[in-house]
Amino acid sequence: MLSVENLSAWYGQARALNEVSLDVAAGEVVTIVGRNGAGKSTLLRSIMGLHPKTTGTVSLDGKPVDRLAPHQRTRRGLGYVPDDRGMYASLTVQEHLLLPRAVGPNPWPLERVYETFPNLADRRGSAGTRLSGGEQQMLAIARVLRMGARLLLCDEPTEGLSPLFVARIGEILREVKEAGVTVLLIEQNVHFAATVADRHYLLAEGRVVDRLDNDQVRSREHELLDYLGI
Amino acid sequence: MQHIFNGLVSGSFLAMLALGLAVIFGMLGVVNFAHGAFYMLGAFGAYLLLTEWGVNYWVALAAVPVALGLFGALVERVLIRRLSALDPLYNFLLTFGLALLLQDLVRREYGVQSQPYTSPLTATVDFGLFTYPAYQVMVLGISLVVCLAVWLVLSKTRLGVIVRAATERPELTRALGIDVGRYVAPMFGFGVALAGFAGVLAAPMRAVNPLMGGDLIITVFAVVVIGGLGSIFGSVTAGFAIGLITALANLYVPTLSQTIVFILMAAVLLWRPAGLFGREEAFT
Repeated sequence: MLSVENLSAWYGQARALNEVSLDVAAGEVVTIVGRNGAGKSTLLRSIMGLHPKTTGTVSLDGKPVDRLAPHQRTRRGLGYVPDDRGMYASLTVQEHLLLPRAVGPNPWPLERVYETFPNLADRRGSAGTRLSGGEQQMLAIARVLRMGARLLLCDEPTEGLSPLFVARIGEILREVKEAGVTVLLIEQNVHFAATVADRHYLLAEGRVVDRLDNDQVRSREHELLDYLGI
Repeated sequence: MQHIFNGLVSGSFLAMLALGLAVIFGMLGVVNFAHGAFYMLGAFGAYLLLTEWGVNYWVALAAVPVALGLFGALVERVLIRRLSALDPLYNFLLTFGLALLLQDLVRREYGVQSQPYTSPLTATVDFGLFTYPAYQVMVLGISLVVCLAVWLVLSKTRLGVIVRAATERPELTRALGIDVGRYVAPMFGFGVALAGFAGVLAAPMRAVNPLMGGDLIITVFAVVVIGGLGSIFGSVTAGFAIGLITALANLYVPTLSQTIVFILMAAVLLWRPAGLFGREEAFT
């Protein structure tokens, strides 16, 4: 479904991504694991069309999207959950959910979002930035489900969340997967990654240095944790 | 009482101009220095329509803002958009240059003396304790309605949600499927149209001359800063408040009436750098 070939990205003269290639098949959940500064967020931003300086090719369903603006990429089925959760101070929770443009075949109706995320229903009148970290993460994910995105790009949704919310995010990702949505996920928590994802890419210094399946992640967990510096 | 009314009427103009400026700044991040020139063009437009073609005030009140709004949208498309990727300073210089250009083009044709414009309403309204010109009462009413309408659209409609989102985080809003670029020219045009509308309203009661906008706009900038850059509600509230305060200062401490706005601005900046209703995020 998603195919990235030789993607490089720069910040001025500094190269943040170096010829990254990866594939995600429809219905898969794939994680990108790597240290801070490895280029994980830049990779997602580049796929979304938010990074100004890139070379290489990003294709969706076999068609390149490199020349498309971010809003046009959403129409091809991309949904983006940014690492800062992307809250608006001037929008209420409900407005956050009404804002995105429905683009995919199955945009979630508002009622379904509120059923799945009762916390958000309780706080529908609050400003997005006033929610707790976990609630903000729920809202950021719910927002792209409202669009009916077919491929979610989630930038570290569990970062800084309590174990309770991490577990909840895991449930939601599994539920989303069952609904046929594909997910590309950044994750530092390898233990969590192995419970939700099908396979993993290890990113270091802007390159893909390893591909792992869940068994490899479990058997090499200590080595990986050591490597990630956690 | 009459002075309070005077203050609120001048506040009406400040509020409408500040509102347009706030909408433009919020959406484009552009401090539109040509805003005063557009206000002046509004007043001159009404004057020209009347003297050259005999078009009456009420038609001008509708037609001039529409024409100026289209002109504004064109300016955004042709000029401002080209500079949007650069430092905001470039658009600051562009709009400043545009203001001087428009001002001098009008000056070349009509000189600097004020042109007369007869008021369409000459009656006065009797409030019991005092009487007040009907036209001024109408100006106050219209501007309140306009400000309220803009606020309702921004706070209650989907268009308002999009505009607020695009104002706060344009990139993210694009990633949510919204073509932000499509809204930019219309919003700039709308801000300019508001300035033109205020200009037409001002024609019968203010001196219509090429410098009328430049004189007023400095105060409007102070109003926007006091209200909080980019805050719609803040700009309008501050507009009326400053109008009122200036009128009262004029009555009790006439020497201060010209400077009190700037004293207030300095005080507000020291106390709350983001303005009374501004958000700190506006600076990031």
